[in-house]
Amino acid sequence: MGQIIEYIRSYLSSDQTPGAAGNMFWALVYIMLVFVGLSVAVIAMNWLERKILAHMQVRLGPMRVGPHGLLQPIADAIKLLLKEDIMPAEADALIFWVAPFVVVLAAFIVFVVVPFGPTHAITDMNIGILFMLGVSSLSVLGIVMAGWASNSHYPLIGALRSSAQMVSYEVAMGLAVVSAVLMTSLNADGTGTLSMIGIVQAQQAQGEWFIFKFFPLGLIAFFIFAVAMVAETNRAPFDLAEAESELTAGFHTEYSGFRWSLFFLAEYSAMIAVSSIAVTLWLGGWLRPFPNLLSGATWNLFFSLFPGVTFLFFAAMCFYNAVRMPKHPLFRVQTIGLAGFGLALGLIGLVLFVPDVSGRVQDIFWFTAKVAGFMYLYIWYRGTFPRYRFDQLMQMGWKVLLPMGLGVLILTASVALLQEKIWHP
Amino acid sequence: MTDSNTLSHLDLETPEKPFLDANELVINMGPQHPATHGVLRVILRLDGEKVLGLECVIGYLHRGVEKIGEHRTYTMFNPYVDRMDYVAAVSNGLGYCETVEKLLFVEAPPRAQHVRVILTELNRIASHQLWLGTHALDIGAITPLFYTFRDREEILKIYEKYCGARLTTHAFRIGGLQYETYAGFEKDVSNFLQFFRPKIDEYEELLTTNRIWVERTRNVGAISAEDCIALGVSGPVLRASGVKWDLRKAQPYANYKNFDFEIPTGQNGDTYDRYLVRIAEMRQSVRIIEQAVGALPEGPIMAKVPKVMKPAAGEVYHSIEAPKGELGYFIVSDGSTQPYRMRVRPPSFVNLQALEIMCRGQLVADVIAVIGTLDIVLGEVDR
Repeated sequence: MGQIIEYIRSYLSSDQTPGAAGNMFWALVYIMLVFVGLSVAVIAMNWLERKILAHMQVRLGPMRVGPHGLLQPIADAIKLLLKEDIMPAEADALIFWVAPFVVVLAAFIVFVVVPFGPTHAITDMNIGILFMLGVSSLSVLGIVMAGWASNSHYPLIGALRSSAQMVSYEVAMGLAVVSAVLMTSLNADGTGTLSMIGIVQAQQAQGEWFIFKFFPLGLIAFFIFAVAMVAETNRAPFDLAEAESELTAGFHTEYSGFRWSLFFLAEYSAMIAVSSIAVTLWLGGWLRPFPNLLSGATWNLFFSLFPGVTFLFFAAMCFYNAVRMPKHPLFRVQTIGLAGFGLALGLIGLVLFVPDVSGRVQDIFWFTAKVAGFMYLYIWYRGTFPRYRFDQLMQMGWKVLLPMGLGVLILTASVALLQEKIWHP
Repeated sequence: MTDSNTLSHLDLETPEKPFLDANELVINMGPQHPATHGVLRVILRLDGEKVLGLECVIGYLHRGVEKIGEHRTYTMFNPYVDRMDYVAAVSNGLGYCETVEKLLFVEAPPRAQHVRVILTELNRIASHQLWLGTHALDIGAITPLFYTFRDREEILKIYEKYCGARLTTHAFRIGGLQYETYAGFEKDVSNFLQFFRPKIDEYEELLTTNRIWVERTRNVGAISAEDCIALGVSGPVLRASGVKWDLRKAQPYANYKNFDFEIPTGQNGDTYDRYLVRIAEMRQSVRIIEQAVGALPEGPIMAKVPKVMKPAAGEVYHSIEAPKGELGYFIVSDGSTQPYRMRVRPPSFVNLQALEIMCRGQLVADVIAVIGTLDIVLGEVDR
């Protein structure tokens, strides 16, 4: 017994990720946390997307289930789980069954190396970014399997479109990533790293987010990645694989109920995954804004207030809307529910002001906030852009993004060399 | 799966061989499909994503409207015409009422004609709004739909206030109008024009210069003026190909000759031009309504029409410029209270013929764009 407690305790003072420290127990705890957090994020994202999109489109969005439709994702989940599980008679049963799991696994395994903070990651691999790109591109396999096994025309076309699209955009994406990785080697001892944590630490050491490095080279690389990642996740305006108006629902036309919800889950967690790559590579990962410009105890204190203030703001919004609820007895439950939700958020916010807590949570907060920014962009794109056509999509990938990526890579390398040899020999 | 009989005649017209020896794919798009605007069924022959040929199968919404017309009196048939092009019900009613008036040798009084023009032009705007929203939705832009529906609502409110119905209005009667305009009608209409003018700019802001929108629509589904005329295509589709043909100017009906407006035309006859033409038409409609509301004459709203209509034996064809093109009614009277033959020339049905010419050699995504740009209503195609 004592040994076990000692084993659990042994990690607490470590400055490594549990995986790197080889602590099984804490690794499992982190895996559970990431899994639960991701599921909650997908649920929240579902509600947020519907709400934000609705307000962009001059409508209210879900309003019935719970106050302001807050319980709508849960109602949806229950509906999907209770739905009849339909498999087309002519479908290839085994592949049809496996496909959603492949997609979900690919989307979830990626999070093994996502660094929410210097120690807040399941593990730190020295090939982190390579692992992420490799595993996330496996999801195309599941999509092709789904399209093929459905034994139907629309899913087949959807799957072909999606595989062509993901393969071509991965090239441009890879080039952009390489140019960011190249920047990590510009430190004193000249050793670059592929480790996700190492990349953020390099930005910290160089005192600059890579998006601003060698302006505008970093920005262009980031832009290439930002476009390619939307295509990679099959989202508007690159949602050709599931183009609703053309292919009804693309590769998951024949899927329903729980299997369909797995695709949904995978899509949203893939969005979060690629966004966290972008955040890690170019936006300084878990680093707070201006870590070098605005350093010092005062600024540290100022930025450490952000997590708590954010939660208090959400709580205030809940209270404000609870007060604005109709005063009819039928709305009493909803009003109390909203106020209770606000209270919970407020309490969390207050806890976050405790210095010990805020110190530990800050990294996660900044990382999540940056990823949330990307999620908002995704919704914004969906509300604004029409869909690209297949040939135009390919043209963009191969004729615009790929040459741009190559150019940025070569220029970054040249500038880095110049800096090393001439400006600061 | 391939129904070779159905497609055999297409083979003669398609010289293009499939790339390599890939089997061509036959896809049955519709009748249940999110982008076929109702129950249109399109059989697509594809080589990968490229369309080798297509065939439309219609009739899923056939209700025998023409036959019904032969078993109803002239007055009783009037509400039925609203159900053909249900997004432009007022235009249908105008066409039918004017045709019967022509058969009866009566003419609606000037006030009635003015109100008719106002309501019909409002209907043109409503129809174009619905077209714009669904067309953009098909191409993947989901937001314009909600904007156009929000603004269309204001038009429907005016209809509701005027005659109690919003969609299938039955607004006109043979010989004029049943209802006098309500108090504040002119004010409502002017308010709507005030409200709507900046909204057109809003639609254009979202789409006209949007790179993806332009790429998706320019040179897509292009059709030449000759082809249009050969196929009998009319309306905005014809005008976008550069033919300045609008029945409101070419053979003025109602009292369109009193109003000053222009006929917008395009040059390339592609989807983008059709979009621009329809947007411009909305602006022109606003212009017409503005003039009509400003000069609404006083007077009776109903001409002297017999209670029991028994037009003299003979036939009549009359057509109007509906939002979608030339809407014509051909009525043969045998002197009884019911028409001997009733025939409707619906613009959607005739325009739909152009689908194959416009789509061949394009991609699947373009078929959706072209179906949207033709602005068909299946209620009118099948009747």
